[in-house]
Amino acid sequence: MSNKIEVRDFDFYYGDFQALKGLNLDIRANAITALIGPSGCGKSTFLRCLNRMNDTIRGTRAEGEVRFDGANIYAPDVDVVELRQQIGMVFQRPNPFPQSIYDNVAFGPRVVGMAKRSDELDHIVAESLQGAALWDEVKHRLRDPALELNPGQQQRLCIARTIAVKPEVILMDEPCSALDPVATLSVEDLMRRLSEQYTIVIVTHNMQQAARASDYTGFFWLGELVEFNATESLFSAPKMPLTEAYITGRRG
Amino acid sequence: MSRQQAHRLAVVVLTVVAAIVVIPIILVILYVVWKGLPALSWAFLTEAPRNGMKEGGIMPALLGTILLTFGTAIVSFPLSIATAIYLAEYAGDNRLTRWIRMAIVNLAGIPSIVYGLFGLGMFVLFLGFGTSILAGSLTLGIMTMPVVISTAEEAILAVPQQFRTVSLSLGATRWQTIRYQVLPHALPGIITGIILGLGRAAGETAPILFTVAAFYLPELPRSIFDQTMALPYHLYVISTQVPGMPLEIQYGTALVLLLIVLSFTLVATLVRTQMRRRREW
Repeated sequence: MSNKIEVRDFDFYYGDFQALKGLNLDIRANAITALIGPSGCGKSTFLRCLNRMNDTIRGTRAEGEVRFDGANIYAPDVDVVELRQQIGMVFQRPNPFPQSIYDNVAFGPRVVGMAKRSDELDHIVAESLQGAALWDEVKHRLRDPALELNPGQQQRLCIARTIAVKPEVILMDEPCSALDPVATLSVEDLMRRLSEQYTIVIVTHNMQQAARASDYTGFFWLGELVEFNATESLFSAPKMPLTEAYITGRRG
Repeated sequence: MSRQQAHRLAVVVLTVVAAIVVIPIILVILYVVWKGLPALSWAFLTEAPRNGMKEGGIMPALLGTILLTFGTAIVSFPLSIATAIYLAEYAGDNRLTRWIRMAIVNLAGIPSIVYGLFGLGMFVLFLGFGTSILAGSLTLGIMTMPVVISTAEEAILAVPQQFRTVSLSLGATRWQTIRYQVLPHALPGIITGIILGLGRAAGETAPILFTVAAFYLPELPRSIFDQTMALPYHLYVISTQVPGMPLEIQYGTALVLLLIVLSFTLVATLVRTQMRRRREW
């Protein structure tokens, strides 16, 4: 299996505050990589560095390299707009636009210019909703407001919206923290199916979720990557005492 | 005095003060309606003044005010919206934007007669537009810009940040994000600001005094380089400059002007409440 993203000596600052310190890790293609750690440990900040969403915050600064398919995404000539199409993102709270189900999914393909004709756009929307396991629930009411869906459906709609622009990587920032256990499981099933086609990086507060839904896990503590390993090894035989303390609930 | 008594006292005092503020406004409106209503007729609105303005209607002034309002909208709308978008979405916090913001705050505080003098110097004389609809519209347009810019900027900033974040994360450019996600949601607020600005422009006398308004010109304007009569100035003229003017015509003119300005405010309020009801976040 090859590396989709390679992070090398990566530091990140909010103004004078160093949020990420000397990170080195490899994210495997077509696998699910989970990032765990206590609040404020930098895992969400790191996730937002992978598609340069932190660029939108004033006073931030990145050093080191994040290589996506071998090319540093922080190089000066990188087209950030194109990068974000290739590395999509699903957010903590389901956040559909206050528009129809159809328009939510079609927004990305429209702005990116993926569909020339309306039947092509229809096809992309249907395919994306199928990909997000939402098609059967909404196919008869694509013109209804997206905000009429329940939270679990809304989050799957956001996933459909993300995969509609055909990214290669999907970043998920605690995608289940606003969902009930049933909706959480359906999103986890979906992640597993999506990982056949996409590389997934998920930030989660929920260690059970990391343990049951991911292939690799990284443990963050105060801006540093304490341990990174196959999920099974990390949870059954952590190498670092801090990791063990955290996953057994003694620190955190 | 117990806490409950203090609370009751506060309610009474605040209600009375609020009423004191509202009563004069209602009285002014009622008085103008009472005095002006008898003058109102179809002929009053559609005929030109006759016999030294002591007879006839107000049609040229009414039309002039409508034209000037449109002119103001054409001048003010694009400049103000562009400025608001720049300030809300693109501008950083640097010396240039601090200067722009300070200029806007100061523009809002400048007396309207000063706008009138500026219009005279800049548009009528320097740029050679003469006293004309063009010069008047430009002057009124500049006068309304501060209020339109600040309401539009507020409306743009009130759009939830997550819409922008999501849009960018899907590979949209900044401009696409503004065009397709921010502006549609900010539109009701922007429209409200524009209508309020136009309402103010329609009622102002001083800015048009030297730039466009004609004392007595029963012919209708043929181009934007012509002068025109306008309601606020016409009202000033017939109230102070024409001896033996029938009171009825004065109050009738005042009533029409009042109705125009109030209808702008009413439309702005309706747009805002209507759009707020449809807002879903």
